[in-house]
Amino acid sequence: MTEPVIDLRPPAHLVHRRAMLFWATRAALGWLFPLVGELLWLLLAAGGLPALIIFFATGVLALTHLTVMPQWRYHVHRWEVTPQVVYTQSGWVNQERRIVPVSRIQTVDTERGPIERIFGLANLTVTTASARGPVHIHGLDLDVAHRLAAELAARTQATVGDAT
Amino acid sequence: MTWQRLSAKMLAVHPVQEVIRFLPVLIGVLFIGRNGQGQLWSLIGLGIAVVSGLLRWFTTTYQVTPTHVRVRRGLLNRRELSVPRDRVRTVDLTARPLQRVLGLSRVVIGTGRSDRHDEGVTLDALATPQAARLREELLRRSPVVEERPAGSELARLVAAWMRFGPFTLSGIATIGVVVGSLANIVNETRVDPAQFGLLHSVIGHITSVPVAVAVLEITVFTVVLVAVLSSLAYVLAFWNFRLVRNEGTLRVTRGLLTTRSTTIEARRLRGAEISEPLLLRAVGGARCQAITTGLRGRGAEHGGSVLLPPAPIGEARRVAAEVIGEATPTTTELGHHGPRARRRRHTRAFLFACAVTGLLVLLWWLARWPAWPWQAALALFPIGVLLAADRYRNLGHALVGRRLVFQQGSLVRRRYMVSAEGVIGWVFHRSFFQRRAGLVSLTATTAAGRQHYTNDDVPVAVAVALADEAVPGLLDPFLVRRE
Repeated sequence: MTEPVIDLRPPAHLVHRRAMLFWATRAALGWLFPLVGELLWLLLAAGGLPALIIFFATGVLALTHLTVMPQWRYHVHRWEVTPQVVYTQSGWVNQERRIVPVSRIQTVDTERGPIERIFGLANLTVTTASARGPVHIHGLDLDVAHRLAAELAARTQATVGDAT
Repeated sequence: MTWQRLSAKMLAVHPVQEVIRFLPVLIGVLFIGRNGQGQLWSLIGLGIAVVSGLLRWFTTTYQVTPTHVRVRRGLLNRRELSVPRDRVRTVDLTARPLQRVLGLSRVVIGTGRSDRHDEGVTLDALATPQAARLREELLRRSPVVEERPAGSELARLVAAWMRFGPFTLSGIATIGVVVGSLANIVNETRVDPAQFGLLHSVIGHITSVPVAVAVLEITVFTVVLVAVLSSLAYVLAFWNFRLVRNEGTLRVTRGLLTTRSTTIEARRLRGAEISEPLLLRAVGGARCQAITTGLRGRGAEHGGSVLLPPAPIGEARRVAAEVIGEATPTTTELGHHGPRARRRRHTRAFLFACAVTGLLVLLWWLARWPAWPWQAALALFPIGVLLAADRYRNLGHALVGRRLVFQQGSLVRRRYMVSAEGVIGWVFHRSFFQRRAGLVSLTATTAAGRQHYTNDDVPVAVAVALADEAVPGLLDPFLVRRE
């Protein structure tokens, strides 16, 4: 095969490094529930050896998840906004690239959950007329997110029609 | 513009409807006469339902202005819903039997809204002539209603199509409902089912014959019941079916007891879908649906986008071709996705069979289950091979002019024919194993129909080329060529 193969390059920009902390914190909170539950089982209900084994297995799993996932995500999550297109890449084990023409954008908003606010991050959500079309860019620096949202909103206003 | 009310006849319809819904309870109370706490609460529930139905009439008003349709509803929580008239894509008129007798129709106005947390613009119900006038007014942009030309008929129910009825399996849902309400009656009245003579003798018979015979009898009985009920459901839903094209609109009318008439604005039509559930495919039948903004092809709105009852595949293709204006997409050869996609189909079928069999073997070994479940599960291996081969054969894509064709599935084979103008975004999804195999699931998102149309396991280069060709220019800044 000498024929040139056509492919998509990944989007240009990485998200902010602090996003790794955000993902780790969020995942850690998620792991807290099973770990606390198992600890209670071990100590209060005297679960014995099985409870101890399950507790340690969960702990090892959680530690692996917390060390691997945020870095992996950081290397995958990317974004790029051109005058015509919003292009994102996200995920870790399963990855996804989304492309939305700016002319089809319906709404642009920035969102900040409590954990994101601790780390000074925001995520940008771009929706289209399709219920399956929203594009999220997680872990952006707050200023970058605001600037992007303003830029996209201005460009979206310039297009005519109902974007379906 | 004045605010108008729904038809006053609905004041009579609501109580009757609620009473019918609570019929199992009422039978329990009136005829069995064993009053209990639960029944009292059920009666109170009935009262509340009737009163709220009546209140709905008093609190709902609507208005049609030259630019907007507005609906106000709610007693304590007043809501006003306002829809610009140029966003109206579809108008759906439904008349349930009781409403039909009284000459009423429920009007559902479909807009391009993608987030549906409530019913949207529904007027339940207007006098039928008034509803029809409203429909004409909304879908005809000019305010003057001229003499309506007859329009051209694209399809009409043929009696021979009813042979597909038993293969639609829609009877299963009916059985579920019947069993559910029977269980409800039994529960409410606290009658011991074994007391009934018929049921008693049936149970006696089943327990006296050998297991194999009993299983055979029950199977035959269920199959016949499902077939009969499915045919019945087919007739109820598609009696008098007609698909008519008028200037700028498509209109579907159908129904034996509950009549339904859906009008779709042709300008909003983004394509068509042909689906063939395995049983229907085995007897050469298919369904055909419209892909249009304002109607999602599933859930409560599934019925609204039906373009044809289950009918011969040739007929489904003809109607789809008529509706989208070209015949090639319905029959065109599809590009297949190559050996790696084929291997993935087989791997999945094999792993599924392994998982089920493995679980049953474990249960047999550890939990002393009988051996026959895992022995029966061994059949999953040959079935899986057949299924995987069929799934690969059906998997494919094409681009015919500016129309995207995706096909996949075996248990339900679906062919989507979507206009590329309607594509408002692309998603390239790659699981861990897909990345290793160099494949990608390509999804086109749209504002129409299912909102997203996916083709699994396309080779990366093919997917990128397809997306690039379907919507030229969009991917240009990100394309790279590799030797």
